[in-house]
Amino acid sequence: MLRYMLKRLASLVLSLAVASLIIFALIEVAPGDPASFMLGINAQPETLAALRAELGLDVPKVQRYLTWVGGMLTGDFGTSYTYRTPVAEMVADRIAVSLPLALYALILSILIAFPAGIFAASRRGRPGDLGVMGATQFGVALPNFWFAMMLVLVFAIQLRWFPAGGFAGWDKGLLAGLTSLTLPAIALALPQAAILTRVMRSALLDVLGEDFMRTARAKGLSARQTLWRHGLRNAMIPVLTIIGLQFSFLFAGTIIIEQVFYLPGLGRLIFQSISARDLIVVESVVMLVVFAVILINFLVDLAYAVVDPRLRSPK
Amino acid sequence: MSLLHIDNLSLWIGEADILKSVSLRVNPGEILAITGESGSGKSMTALAIMQLLPRAARTSGSIRLDGAELTTLPERDLCALRGNDIGMIFQEPMTALNPVHSIGRQVAETIRLHAPSADADTQMRDILTRVGLPPDRVPPNRYPHELSGGQRQRVVIAMAIALRPKLLIADEPTTALDVTTQAQILTLLKELVRDFGMGLILITHDLAVVADTADRIAIMRDGEIVETGRTHHMLQTRQHPYTRMLFKASTHQVKLPKPPPPTALLDVQHLQCSYRLPRPRPFARPGQFDAVKDVSFTLMHGERLGLVGESGCGKSTLTRALLGLEAPSRGQILLDGTPVTTQGKANLKIRRRMQVVFQDPFGSFNPRHRVARLITEPFHLLDSPPRGPIRRDVMADALTAVGLKPEDASRYIHEFSGGQRQRLAIARALIIKPDLIIFDEAVSALDVSVRAQILDLIADLCRTHGLTYLFISHDLGVVRSVTDRVLVMQAGEIVEQGQTDAVFTKPQHPYTKKLIAAVPKLPDLRMQPLDGDRI
Repeated sequence: MLRYMLKRLASLVLSLAVASLIIFALIEVAPGDPASFMLGINAQPETLAALRAELGLDVPKVQRYLTWVGGMLTGDFGTSYTYRTPVAEMVADRIAVSLPLALYALILSILIAFPAGIFAASRRGRPGDLGVMGATQFGVALPNFWFAMMLVLVFAIQLRWFPAGGFAGWDKGLLAGLTSLTLPAIALALPQAAILTRVMRSALLDVLGEDFMRTARAKGLSARQTLWRHGLRNAMIPVLTIIGLQFSFLFAGTIIIEQVFYLPGLGRLIFQSISARDLIVVESVVMLVVFAVILINFLVDLAYAVVDPRLRSPK
Repeated sequence: MSLLHIDNLSLWIGEADILKSVSLRVNPGEILAITGESGSGKSMTALAIMQLLPRAARTSGSIRLDGAELTTLPERDLCALRGNDIGMIFQEPMTALNPVHSIGRQVAETIRLHAPSADADTQMRDILTRVGLPPDRVPPNRYPHELSGGQRQRVVIAMAIALRPKLLIADEPTTALDVTTQAQILTLLKELVRDFGMGLILITHDLAVVADTADRIAIMRDGEIVETGRTHHMLQTRQHPYTRMLFKASTHQVKLPKPPPPTALLDVQHLQCSYRLPRPRPFARPGQFDAVKDVSFTLMHGERLGLVGESGCGKSTLTRALLGLEAPSRGQILLDGTPVTTQGKANLKIRRRMQVVFQDPFGSFNPRHRVARLITEPFHLLDSPPRGPIRRDVMADALTAVGLKPEDASRYIHEFSGGQRQRLAIARALIIKPDLIIFDEAVSALDVSVRAQILDLIADLCRTHGLTYLFISHDLGVVRSVTDRVLVMQAGEIVEQGQTDAVFTKPQHPYTKKLIAAVPKLPDLRMQPLDGDRI
């Protein structure tokens, strides 16, 4: 198990190194000089040079890469060209919204998908299964911005249970924060839950056809016991894969929902800084998202090994 | 009073009659063998006793265990019965165990389920020891993937007999195992029946296993029991024509034409194939596993060469190396003097002169292609594959040669039976008129009667096409019948080679002797008097 963990960890570090190089290179080759963008087309060459020096754009690329990576490792993400504030602070504020929102949505998705998937698989081909499958079809097809607006109409405007948008801030207490994230989390979770339900169901159905499930029945386990004791854990591998992918998406891919609910999340920050050509923010946020995705994959790999002993033993 | 009493059991799935008025008895301490070809209803009978039938199945008739009727028992009571009064062993030890639970936990589960007050851990250790897996040698916290096929089958047996059931059902328990492992498992089952006084239903298609093991035999065909009786008696009388056919097919001998004068075709010199093992410690030298060690042999034009050995002995690695699918670590393989692989890459000019027929007639064809496309696949090896009418003629010739019709070219693979698929596999191999065909366990998955037909086909093709082949099989009887010369492989090495008859009648190497001794044989009972029969 230790060997497996070390291997995965080494691959994590390597992936990060490669990702940072690629991100840096891509942003370097992108056309547009931030300094000239900030000063407009009529800027004096001297002012431009001065700003470039101030922004650290005049040093060689290798040095800039090393400064950037070294800074990130020590928590210094640089200063935003446009806002003139440290990027680390800006990003930290956004993560305080995006990470809880992603986790909230993922937990909701799992809480819906697991029971629904197990229910459908154990009633394959019967009305219960067909009902769940129909519902997931609908859930996958639903545009989430439309669904988000419906949620606002019903629960915020009609029933007044939740705020219609904006983020109260964690300093107002956990409950206030969660209340303002509830509607966006539901809007995000439902399509994900629909996908996860289908994955859960088909993974379980595959396992139900396995020989060892018949062996378990021959031991005297009831159909339900067989499903819970022998089926579920074997069905987890594909489900974990999808959960990992969904978390990555929920963490950084939620710009539309952030827009609908006026949430100051990471997605909006990326969008704003790209439009403003605030390269240092883009670089840092993209690197951060990549780090999060790679970290999630690492955790999913570890979860595989916990679930399946075949991955633990050296091969 | 018999232990198990099946009366007029009939079973339908949809419109199909699966079982037709099956009646059987099993006494305590008795081994009843149910035998017959695939699809004859053997396994369905077993599942009916366990009441683990597919949901769509409907039954009539009665199944009584110790006087209690099983067909009307509620599911709750059946759960209490399964594993406790009836144990079952399945064919495929590789997949019959849950891969994510340790073997100890899986064996203890049976005990915990039915006897919650018992000391499940101690009992589990005892029972594992009883089936030949003592905890000091095979710790119960091992997982199934860390065990060999034979060991896994022992775990499955341990689960089934943990609570000393009155009846044990073994569905093809040794079919997936080597001959020597098969002999050990059969001995274990016989001992358990004797020690525990269990009734055992042994389902198998292998008549030789039946003859060695069973007290009584029931022969099934198309869901019916066509003949039943004491083993000894049955072996002598063989009254029903189907029984006679089965016996004849399972000892089927083919007549091979004389091979032409020897000129070397395939020359294997000091072949070695190694795999890298993981490093024992970080930065340590990686280990090395030699799957094939210093193997040398020559295959003559027109010769039929056999290769036998247990699983894991390196047969598959050798086959892959011969086909150029894997580069040898050392030594070389020459076909007519040209190496099969040059610098780790298969030599296509040589590659097209060899074809292979695999074991699994179901898995080795793409189900979405028509036969025409499937059997002409080897054409991609040719520089200018035949087109138009010539292609059609070549295809028709190949199909006719294997006993199929040219019209079959437009059909899909699922429309063919297992035997027909194996014919197609042979047609696919023949279509580019290769110099060498490798039959890799090509008849192992087939029923005895189908196997006999395929063996006849191979012998016919030897006469008409002058085949040269390497016949790889764990079935020694078949190898004896269709080869001129045989190689015996153990742990990557050729331990014995010689004329097939000589090796089988006077084996020299201890391993060959062990292998031949382990093969269950059908006794030639016509020579013996009936007096020895105890009824």
